[in-house]
Amino acid sequence: MNARSPWSAERATAVIAANRHLRGALLPMLHALQEEFGCIDEEAIPLLARELNLSRADVHGVVSFYHEFRRSRPGRHTIKVCRAEACQSMNADGLIEHIRRRLKVDFHETTADDAFSLEPVFCLGNCALAPAVMVNETLHGRVSPARFDAITASTLATEAAR
Amino acid sequence: MSEPLHTVYVPRDAAALSVGADETAAAIRAEATRRGIPLRIVRNGSRGMLWLETLVEVETPEGRVAYGPVMAEDVPGLFDAGFLDGADHALAHGLTEKIPYFAKQERLTFARCGIIDPLSVEDYRLHGGFRGLERALAMTPAEIVTEVTESGLRGRGGAGFPTGIKWNTVLNAKADQKYICCNADEGDSGTFADRMIMEGDPFCLIEGMTIAAIAVGATEGYIYIRSEYPHAVATMREAIRLAYDEKWLGDEIHGTGHRFHLDVRVGAGAYICGEETSMLESLEGKRGTVRAKPPLPALEGLFGKPTIVNNVLSLTSVPIILDKGANHYRDFGVGRSRGTLAFQLAGNIKHGGIVEKAFGVTLHELLYEFGGGTITGRPIRAVQAGGPLGAYLPPSLFELPKDYEAFAAVEAMVGHGGIVVFDDSVDMARQARFAMEFCAAESCGKCTPCRIGAVRGVEVMDNIIAGEKVQANITLLNDLCEVMTDGSLCAMGGMTPIPVRSALKHFPEDFTRSPAAVAAE
Repeated sequence: MNARSPWSAERATAVIAANRHLRGALLPMLHALQEEFGCIDEEAIPLLARELNLSRADVHGVVSFYHEFRRSRPGRHTIKVCRAEACQSMNADGLIEHIRRRLKVDFHETTADDAFSLEPVFCLGNCALAPAVMVNETLHGRVSPARFDAITASTLATEAAR
Repeated sequence: MSEPLHTVYVPRDAAALSVGADETAAAIRAEATRRGIPLRIVRNGSRGMLWLETLVEVETPEGRVAYGPVMAEDVPGLFDAGFLDGADHALAHGLTEKIPYFAKQERLTFARCGIIDPLSVEDYRLHGGFRGLERALAMTPAEIVTEVTESGLRGRGGAGFPTGIKWNTVLNAKADQKYICCNADEGDSGTFADRMIMEGDPFCLIEGMTIAAIAVGATEGYIYIRSEYPHAVATMREAIRLAYDEKWLGDEIHGTGHRFHLDVRVGAGAYICGEETSMLESLEGKRGTVRAKPPLPALEGLFGKPTIVNNVLSLTSVPIILDKGANHYRDFGVGRSRGTLAFQLAGNIKHGGIVEKAFGVTLHELLYEFGGGTITGRPIRAVQAGGPLGAYLPPSLFELPKDYEAFAAVEAMVGHGGIVVFDDSVDMARQARFAMEFCAAESCGKCTPCRIGAVRGVEVMDNIIAGEKVQANITLLNDLCEVMTDGSLCAMGGMTPIPVRSALKHFPEDFTRSPAAVAAE
């Protein structure tokens, strides 16, 4: 499950302070904020800029550079599908088509019920067991469309019952 | 008298977990409890025979016996068959180390991976761990650097720069602070060796980095691990904590005057941060854009100080070099490619995994003798060697020995040792398009040939695939590749043309389809 805490300036300040001692602290701070709130809230930018004596533009530049940092909250579950060559050779494209149809969502989108976000990744390091998918923090290998349905069955059922 | 305690090994490597290793371990635990059998389950790393994962091993007087792939539902049947005593079963493979795939390897760097409990300092020491560091502690910095230089070790990240020369530059640099940075941003498709050794033998990396620190007089180090590897991050962090507890890291390393502090930093999904200067920018908390060289990171690296930047496999090769001596390592290999490389068989391959072998092994041996051909059973049509910026090679080049210079001679690269296999259903024009698309998505944006050239490359490839003015567009594609090769600031833009050009050179028939043929598809 993805972090769902609502934005709190007080909590964000504490998260930032906990990483103050690190050199080159901006990335660790951003990771910690995203872990807490599920994304980098716009309101975090001035807090980080003040803490690190940077301009807001500097912080924005870093947040927007990295694929991992989100500007909006993801769905309750994030599904990352590998699009790199090893997975392509094992028909990742077919799997991606299946997932799109099954969940009715495209890359970089979240389903209407806020249950799933779908993200492309280039390589999950499971290239000998391609194609690979990561659901939340759990890696899956040799994912056929049928195996994808089995992996997500219980989550889909729970989400449907909400 | 109670029964002897059985020991069972179930890997905790991410690849094993991805096919159900945790469920298998839980099923073994539950079944043993149900039958009242006392059992010790060790969560080891992976042996690298990934098609056999979950590879369960049981300790017997003759050695460890392998069963795989073991799913949770296979467990009761294994108990019934008496697998705890190494009995025969449909999933049995005999002694693990006699399995030909494993037996034919030459394991130096991965010698302990899959054998030990990765988070047991005791296990690490029992299997030769810290012997290289202990020897280094008794040597002068210059002697350590000489040993590494004489081993012939070249950077295992792909560029193949001699490690000893890099270390010597940092050793001779005058500074109040020096750093060791491990580049664990393994973003190339088809590579997973860094991940495997960090999860299967993390103390080996800590030992290698500590030796590097003593060799050049560095007191701080960072391991930059990509965010896609949460298991590796967790394992390295825990191993570092244990190493501090046991005084293998800290202010007084085992009572000597040496000080070395080590920390893990996590990337954030940017392929370019595998490029050393981008990684340094990222470690400093900035956008991961490349720096122009010179100055070399060896002289002005992290926070402007002399820095060793080495890949995981370069650093994990160092402990055995120091332990067994430069000659022992150098005696493996061919030409100027010395020692071993962890080849990674990936993609459409029957027996995918890690094959650590001396340089000089051929692609053909790796693909067929180890890999067993494709998993789909169709003929191999192409392999991409050395990551997404590596060349696509046809079967006519499979007899080529794995050797940096031999590969360079055919405009290919050994790179990180990753090999991605494609069967005859692959469309090489689409693979060439993907190389450009990947570069467009992952370019740091600093230089124009890479940032814009890649976007233009996708457009040109789209036109070629659509069968529009094919010859004129191929001419344009070649021009574009030349500009990117000659004009890019780093390897991202500079090498993206390699997969594109190799696809065009070796598989021209995929580029020259008529509009009628395209319409018929």
